[in-house]
Amino acid sequence: MSAASGIEREWRRYTPAERLARFALYFGIVAACVVSLRTVQVIPEFLYDAPEQVADLLKRMWPIEWSYYPKGVHDALIETLHIATLGTILAIVMAIPLGFLAAHNITPYTSVNYLAKLMLVSSRSVNSLVWALLFVAIFGPGALAGTMAIAFRSIGFVGKLFGEALEEARPGPVEALKAAGAPWPSILVKGYWPQVEPAFWGIALFRWDISVRESAVLGLVGAGGIGMAIDTAMNLFRWERVALMLVAIFTVVVLAEIVVTYIRKKII
Amino acid sequence: MSSAAGPAQNRPPPFLPNWPARIAWIALAAYAFYAASILDVTWERFVLGLENGAKFIGRMLPPDTEAEKMTLMIRGLYESLEIAILSSTLGILLSLPVGLLAARNLMPPWVTWPTRLFIALCRAFHQVIVAIIFVKAVGFGALAGILALTVASIGFIAKLFADAIEEISLKQVEAIRATGAPFMNVIAYGVMPQVLTRFVGFATYQVDSNLRNSTMVGIVGAGGIGGTMFAAFQKFDYDFLLTILLAIIAMIMVSEALQNRIKRLYQ
Repeated sequence: MSAASGIEREWRRYTPAERLARFALYFGIVAACVVSLRTVQVIPEFLYDAPEQVADLLKRMWPIEWSYYPKGVHDALIETLHIATLGTILAIVMAIPLGFLAAHNITPYTSVNYLAKLMLVSSRSVNSLVWALLFVAIFGPGALAGTMAIAFRSIGFVGKLFGEALEEARPGPVEALKAAGAPWPSILVKGYWPQVEPAFWGIALFRWDISVRESAVLGLVGAGGIGMAIDTAMNLFRWERVALMLVAIFTVVVLAEIVVTYIRKKII
Repeated sequence: MSSAAGPAQNRPPPFLPNWPARIAWIALAAYAFYAASILDVTWERFVLGLENGAKFIGRMLPPDTEAEKMTLMIRGLYESLEIAILSSTLGILLSLPVGLLAARNLMPPWVTWPTRLFIALCRAFHQVIVAIIFVKAVGFGALAGILALTVASIGFIAKLFADAIEEISLKQVEAIRATGAPFMNVIAYGVMPQVLTRFVGFATYQVDSNLRNSTMVGIVGAGGIGGTMFAAFQKFDYDFLLTILLAIIAMIMVSEALQNRIKRLYQ
């Protein structure tokens, strides 16, 4: 009897507890969507005239005021690029020591690893716009605040990935150098660095690409770059200038991506 | 003995100087100084900033927990959460067809090129800039934020989903086709089983990203806690700003813990 029931036993992939948990998850997702949909404040009058508003927006944006580029956009665009690049360089300079401290094969103290990782996490969990707000309050409006915001947001990103790359380094070359009696700076430069160099350039380029995108909006909170020009043009309802700036940002972002892809192919 | 010592004398040094790399490093350092001078990043400003920073932190502490402001903050956080949930749902649902249309191994070029262009356009602009456009189109409020983050979700999920589909093995697809299955069945039984886990991975990542960004789009008037936060900043209400920042960080940490639990459920 028991043998027969053993053969006829129905095979199920998940235990009842697992199925219950999954059902609760799906139910929770659907419930969250329904509740949000019912309570979100959407003003229907605004929605009805959305097509008109979009048409109006496009009409105001056309023709794009190309002649404004040399006067009000070029310098802001270059400033944006400087903010992104200098911010990324600063971030790399600060993130490399933190990456070394976070990698447990280089710094064999768990408490130091955790402290470094905590600093990296807190850098990443604050949005770059929030960093920009804080630095505008500290340094005043301008490019310095934007540079610091990009740098502090990027530390967590670069440091985390660099630390992980270091932890994956093979111990062979390092042990060979140690056996030859090399001092620790030589071990870092000749043992670890060649192994993580491709990963490092990949991370740096990837972060620079993101920084270029982000630095374009920092100006909305007063942290310099083309965002400030957009803010001014919008407050004056000069949409044909806003359109020009959007085109400029789009071009720069696409160019940055092409440059990153090209350098990545060359280096890595 | 002598044969070992002989070559050792004219053996090249083990670590040759890499002049192109050194020149590149020097150029990078020179650029950093040049950019710093252009952006007016000077030591005096930095030191002055540190003083301001101390004052700023002094004004932030202790965080403001006045009852009236707390209700304002909770309403803002709730709206951010709504924006995140609705934009993620909408973005995920739209990314499925858009990603399929952009996969070059399933669709003819005249479909994939426009779709890929559309995805690139969705990705090109920062969410906050997209939010500006939508604020103009549909007015201030949560709807603009939802639409802006939906666009960002399509730009991210659909691109990676299309790339994932292009890496699948076509054998299974052909096997389903050979049975005479219609197109939708080929998708459902030949393609989706191979890419569904990766799609779920991209989608959960984007949910997390949307939650973070839903707290930001309010800066340009697209709803959520961002508007309250920016207003507090402009009114020099720094102690309330700190409360909001702590609440945002707490919300993100809770959501990350929740996500880890859910991931464990599916392992």
